[in-house]
Amino acid sequence: MMNKQGRPSAAGAAEDMAPPTISGDRGLDHEEPVIFELGRPGRTGVDIPDVQISENRLGGLCRKKPIGLPGLSEPEVIRHYVRLSRMNYAIDSGLYPLGSCTMKHNPRLNEKMARLPGFGDVHPLQPQQTVQGALALISELMTWLTRLTGMPAVAMSPKAGAHGELCGLLTIRAALAARDERRTRILVPSSAHGTNPATAALAGFTVDEVPAKDDGHVDADALEAMLGPDVAAIMLTNPNTCGLFERRMKEIAEHVHKAGAYFYCDGANFNAIAGRVRPGDLGVDAMHINLHKTFSTPHGGGGPGAGPVVLSSALAPFAPLPLLVSDAQGFRLIEHEDDAPNGTKPFGRMCAFHGQMGMFVRALAYMLSHGADGIRQASEDAVLSANYILASLKDVMSAPFQGYCMHEALFDDSFLQGTGVTTLDFAKAMIDEGYHPMTMYFPLVVHGAMLIEPTESESKESLDRFIHVLREMTKEAKAGQRERFEGAPRLAPRRRLDETAAARNPVLRWKPAVGIKQAAE
Amino acid sequence: MRYLPLTPEDRTAMLTKIGARSVDALFRDVPKESGVGRSAFALPDHQGELEVERALSQLASRNIAGGAAPFFCGAGAYRHHVPAAVDHLIQRSEFLTSYTPYQPEIAQGTLQYLFEFQTQVALLTGMDVANASLYDGSTATAEAVLMAQRITRRPKAILSGGLHPHYAQTTRTLAALAGKAVQAPVKPGKVGDIAKLIDDETACVVVQTPDVFGLVRDLNPLADAAHAKGALLVAVVTEIISLGLLESPGAMGADIVAAEGQSIGNGLNFGGPYVGLFATREKYLRQMPGRLSGETRDAAGKRGYVLTLSTREQHIRREKATSNICTNSGLCCLAFTIHLSLLGEEGFRRLARANHARAVALAEQLSKIKGVSLVTPAFFNEFTLKLPKPAAAVVDALAADGVLAGVPASRLMPQEGQTRDLLIVAATETVTDQDCDALVKALTKGLA
Repeated sequence: MMNKQGRPSAAGAAEDMAPPTISGDRGLDHEEPVIFELGRPGRTGVDIPDVQISENRLGGLCRKKPIGLPGLSEPEVIRHYVRLSRMNYAIDSGLYPLGSCTMKHNPRLNEKMARLPGFGDVHPLQPQQTVQGALALISELMTWLTRLTGMPAVAMSPKAGAHGELCGLLTIRAALAARDERRTRILVPSSAHGTNPATAALAGFTVDEVPAKDDGHVDADALEAMLGPDVAAIMLTNPNTCGLFERRMKEIAEHVHKAGAYFYCDGANFNAIAGRVRPGDLGVDAMHINLHKTFSTPHGGGGPGAGPVVLSSALAPFAPLPLLVSDAQGFRLIEHEDDAPNGTKPFGRMCAFHGQMGMFVRALAYMLSHGADGIRQASEDAVLSANYILASLKDVMSAPFQGYCMHEALFDDSFLQGTGVTTLDFAKAMIDEGYHPMTMYFPLVVHGAMLIEPTESESKESLDRFIHVLREMTKEAKAGQRERFEGAPRLAPRRRLDETAAARNPVLRWKPAVGIKQAAE
Repeated sequence: MRYLPLTPEDRTAMLTKIGARSVDALFRDVPKESGVGRSAFALPDHQGELEVERALSQLASRNIAGGAAPFFCGAGAYRHHVPAAVDHLIQRSEFLTSYTPYQPEIAQGTLQYLFEFQTQVALLTGMDVANASLYDGSTATAEAVLMAQRITRRPKAILSGGLHPHYAQTTRTLAALAGKAVQAPVKPGKVGDIAKLIDDETACVVVQTPDVFGLVRDLNPLADAAHAKGALLVAVVTEIISLGLLESPGAMGADIVAAEGQSIGNGLNFGGPYVGLFATREKYLRQMPGRLSGETRDAAGKRGYVLTLSTREQHIRREKATSNICTNSGLCCLAFTIHLSLLGEEGFRRLARANHARAVALAEQLSKIKGVSLVTPAFFNEFTLKLPKPAAAVVDALAADGVLAGVPASRLMPQEGQTRDLLIVAATETVTDQDCDALVKALTKGLA
């Protein structure tokens, strides 16, 4: 269909009408080979003097064969990676409603600050008198984290959320060992992130699943009944992965403590309550904070993150090395168990060095920029935006739970019943509309789950447009327009990819095609 | 607040649509007593960019940056020149602000660079397959030991004396959960005989090369000894640029390689974020931790990439996963991949030669100082010196004179009395003749 100007007016029309191109590229959309298929031997993108070594000191262990790296000049490398970048969706280019992932805006000031030579070009083992500013920054971030959570201590070294979970559970293990108790079980709700049971197993515990109730909350009565002398801890996410605040949390904490166990809170969703609620007031013993979610260090295509763990006074003495202390001489890192202050007994070490400094700088820049007032406002706006989406879509999509949500709105697939369209199809069709899909099929407690987290970074106009598009999509699904969904996406750099084939016959590295290799030899 | 688009009017209109009287109503499930006012936090209010930049720059100015002094620190983190193009490219919005590539149709950029990264890591280490990165070298080493315990169903890991002490502590912390880790004696500058510690309970031997003192190690004899007893060899590399000159761990019989990739593309960052490299033999693929990008076809037959073999991972397998890892070091992988692509075969080998040549020349200069001797007979870009007095005090004194002379071994292993006088010195391509002269002069003075 054409409009009056003769331009195609329907989505997908342009793709259908354009003839195949000679190059295989289409306008701004370029196909791009693997870097190993580019370049020429001997070419390089870095000028380094060709130093000859008359007598090496390598102990006779020289590499005998070439490595097999391609040779490219700087312009070729830049073009290659710029072209690859254009095949990615990003929060900077559009709304990214991935529930449980918190794709909020990443302020560029934070990037600039992390690149100051005084932070970015400092070695972790420089004499401590030469890094007092870096240690002061970590100390200030610790102050923010402990005050925002109402917890007395924080372990800074964990490098991601799951690493923080492990740190928390190892701290609990050490505390139990100090009490001369061997408790073996960890209770984890069925709605938990997969990292919770995986971490508990890694830390040497057995995992018992606590059921969810029909209203999306954890079954607190069942949980209490499961407590016993062999339970080491519970791991509870609050707000939970259904986007609901566990209103019986304090009561649960009391029962957990009465049973001699510890309360681990998965802080992945702290961004809903930061600046309004202090987990320490709710009886939490340990909670990791994903700096890459709540405090907006960029996700970077999957990392790096950072997962500091705030600790109650019961657990604080067992925090891992290194510890940061200060005295009249300034700040000092305690890097060895023998140097640990009296009354502390670090359980070990989570990683080399002192944690994700680059993320610490960005997170502190975020905190200073927002302030306590802005952090509170951000949480409120995130919750407000999620509820706005819930209220605007619940008549055409299906919300499994009644009432308000926190920072993410959960839908199930019952509104698609009888349409032949699945959650996966619906999500893939969003790609053709220019949106990143929401989180699909998680949490597991809801059938065909769609979890939408808009974050505080979207304007009302942006939310309204998103709501409009989703409403129209539900109409089309219900009107029987199956092919629009089943074949989606059509307008992305790739159509649906064959994941089964990828897993059945894994190709995990580039290898020269046989013909090319023979020709080269 | 510059980052928050909603206006008061927007908020009112949205509340009306929701049917809530106030934002507080949305938080009604929060117990009253735990909802606190803003003053309870005792934290300042928001600030402008200028003010934040001023505050943080002030903190940064209290550190001595590597580029501001003759700089010789190593021991697991190395200062190299990173081409300007690397930082420019990784700051492209499409790389910086995207999530884990769970929707492959609109994440081919990330998936393809991870595939390229995996290929590069496999080539460098001489292994069949590599994953899409772990947090850093130390956590990769711990994961390698857990993997060896799974494969062999044996409990014991033997950690060589030359393994970076932080790596050893990280590994002990984790490996002790499912088995045990035994530390072999520390013998600076010597190979040590740890083959005799291997027994029928041994899952793996963990050996670093170049080791924490800089000593280049031949892995072949240990690989043979381990394999003869049904154990695996885990090779650890903290200075990945050494593989531009040295034989790869794969060619010397390693079964798993755990390495720190920071040296390529990534700055020192006071210890993180870094990028853990992890590679192994094809037959152990399904026991590997972490994410993998794999090649496949789309519905139109075009080549593309997806996250694959995810049945090993926590979001599918939950408590039965091979690891609890979820986040990787995506953007650090990208920096690694771009830097290595810029270097290419020729540039990478030249870079390695430049490093070695610099270290050889510096070692000769320094070992001429009275009372100073070279402890490491074979090394790449890092070596250990024995000083006539405790190294920590010397390093502090030189730092006060504006020379960052290296890492005193006692900082890493204070319990080892024999390391008290040892100084670990790294010399990369960033070090100039003037820097070397300054170190020689300062050290001569410091020891006088």
